[in-house]
Order: sequence, then structure tokens, then C-alpha cells
Amino acid sequence: MAATASSTGTVEPKYWLGGIEPLKASYGKLMMWFFLISDTFTFSGLLIAYALVRFSYPAYTGTPDEFVFSNLYWPIPEKVYEAVPFLHGVSLPLVFVGIMTFILIFSSVTMVLAVEAGHRKDRANVEKYMLWTILGGLTFIGCQAWEWAHFIHGTDEGTVIRELVNGQWVERTIFGANLVENQYGPPAFADFFFFITGFHGTHVTSGIVLNILIFYRTATGFYDRRGSYEMVEKVGLYWHFVDLVWVFVFTFFYLV
Amino acid sequence: MANVHAHDTPNDGGAAQRKVIWKTFWILLILTALEFLIAFTMDHGFLKITIFILMTFVKAFYIVGDFMHLKHEVKALIWSIVLPMLFIVWLLVALVIEGEAIFDALFL
Repeated sequence: MAATASSTGTVEPKYWLGGIEPLKASYGKLMMWFFLISDTFTFSGLLIAYALVRFSYPAYTGTPDEFVFSNLYWPIPEKVYEAVPFLHGVSLPLVFVGIMTFILIFSSVTMVLAVEAGHRKDRANVEKYMLWTILGGLTFIGCQAWEWAHFIHGTDEGTVIRELVNGQWVERTIFGANLVENQYGPPAFADFFFFITGFHGTHVTSGIVLNILIFYRTATGFYDRRGSYEMVEKVGLYWHFVDLVWVFVFTFFYLV
Repeated sequence: MANVHAHDTPNDGGAAQRKVIWKTFWILLILTALEFLIAFTMDHGFLKITIFILMTFVKAFYIVGDFMHLKHEVKALIWSIVLPMLFIVWLLVALVIEGEAIFDALFL
């Protein structure tokens, strides 16, 4: 970087050897942006594949009040996600996922506050806000684990499906969902739920690991010795991206 | 480094920037609350989905622009991030049309 040139006096900036920051962003930040573009394509691939399969299945045509689970049409998401921990049997559509959304947005705010404190080299505040961000991430992952567990175990009543076994139509009650059968709708619906929220959850998990690393290096004075808190900013970009993806998953998986 | 990042040492101790952060937080929170309100008060249809998608893009604009600071980067960087998103639009249009064709072939 330019700072290293000052030790040898007046040296011309090295245009092709890292002396100049292209696009006025440091190497690390630029590469994080380009990584995030590629990650955007991966998530878009998953969400658009969901759209393809969603549009190739019949939609539910009746009124929401009379909705029952069936593998013959695509379910209404608010009828699937209506459980909240400790409130067994109470129908609270989308409340839990709303809480999760709020937690993730809030952890994004504490992250950007940590970045802002880093600009001022305010170590105590970076530590404080990084801890809040880590806590928010862990809470989100915990909520998601509960939601998955509920989705896998299913409702008390289950759903009766008709299927062709050895040339005979038989009826069978199934509970919950896995990759091959699904009480809430077509099996593809559960598959996309597991893949999309699972892939996002993996990103949150690696984000938490990175945040813990940043917290550790801040707390041990690593960035003070280096004289720059830019690493907080780079990991911050990743964390905001995870929040951004959730905004899209929330709309296209839970609302539409 | 110092001459590259003008925001490294803010004069007011970062108070103005923190104000922007909290303003963005309230905008995101209110938009999400509105989405919930619309989810349970409006009949399902084309209009509702359009409103949801527009609100999602507004939220994305605030997250990317303010939290990820893209609004304050140089123009060339902004465009090199935003323009590749056109590929996503193309893929979305292509596969939604394809999905409807599969539906027609299977159920009509």
C-alpha cells in the first residue's frame, strides 16, 4: 500500500504492483465485493429454481380459511409456518419468522455500528458491538434450528395422502417433511425449504465464525497494532450480505 | 491509507454516521412491519406480489447502499456490482416462462 512507500522517501506510486487502489477500494474489500457477486448468483440460482418449480405446480385456488395440506397443489406459506416455541397448538402465522427477520436486521445494525467504531479506532465499542452481532447471529441460528425441527416433525394431525403401491391406491398419514415426502405440500416444496434456508443458515454460521475471529483479534489488540480496523469492514460486508439474502428469502419463500 | 479513506477520522466523532445507521434501521423495521400488515389484510394476487417485490428492493437498496456503504463508493465500483444483476433478471424471466410451460404441458 501507499504507506509502505513512505519509508524509502519519495517513490512513484506503483500502478501495477499494488501502489494504487483500483476503484478507490482496497484489495481485500474489492475481492469481498466480487465474492459477494458470485454468492448472489448462487442464491439467485436457488431462488429462481424455486420459482420455476412453483410455477410448474398448480396453485391453491380456494379461500385461505378452507386451506388444507395436500400434495396436489403448492401450499400457502403462512399456513405452513405458523408455530412459535412454547405456544404449542396456537396458530400464529409468520410470527416466528418475523422475529427471526428482526433479529437478523438488528444484528446487521450492530455490525455497522462496530464498523463505524472501527473507523474511530474505538476498540471498546468495536468489542461491544461485535459481541452483540455474534449474539444476534447465534440467536438466529437457534431459531432456525427450532423451525427446522418443527418442520421435520410436523403437526399433530399429519396429512393423509393417497399413493399407488403395487397397483393399489392406499391411504397413509404422514407427519412432517423430509427430502422425499412432505405433509405440507409437494415434496419439492420441502426440498427447497431445506436447501434455501439451509444454505443461508450455513452462511450465517460461517459469518458467526468470522465475527468471533474478528472479536478475538480486536480484543487482543491486533488491529490497534496494525493501525487499521478495515478487517471489521470486510467481514461486515459479508454479514450485511447474509442479512440481504434473508430479506429476499423472507419475501419469496414466506410472503409470496 | 489515510488519504484514501477520508471517513477514517470523522470530525464529529462519527455522530452523523451513527444517526444515518439508526435512521436506516427504522426504515427497514417499518418496511418489514408493513409487509406483515399487507400479508394479512390484502387479498392474494398480482398487486400484492408486486408490492412485496418493490418493498424488498427498497430494503435491499438501504442495506446495500447504507450498511454496505456502496452509495459512497466510486461510480465505476457501483456499476460493476449492479450491472451483473441483469443476468439474474434474465434468468428469472427465462425460468418463470419455462415453469409456466411445464405447468401447461402437465396440467392443461
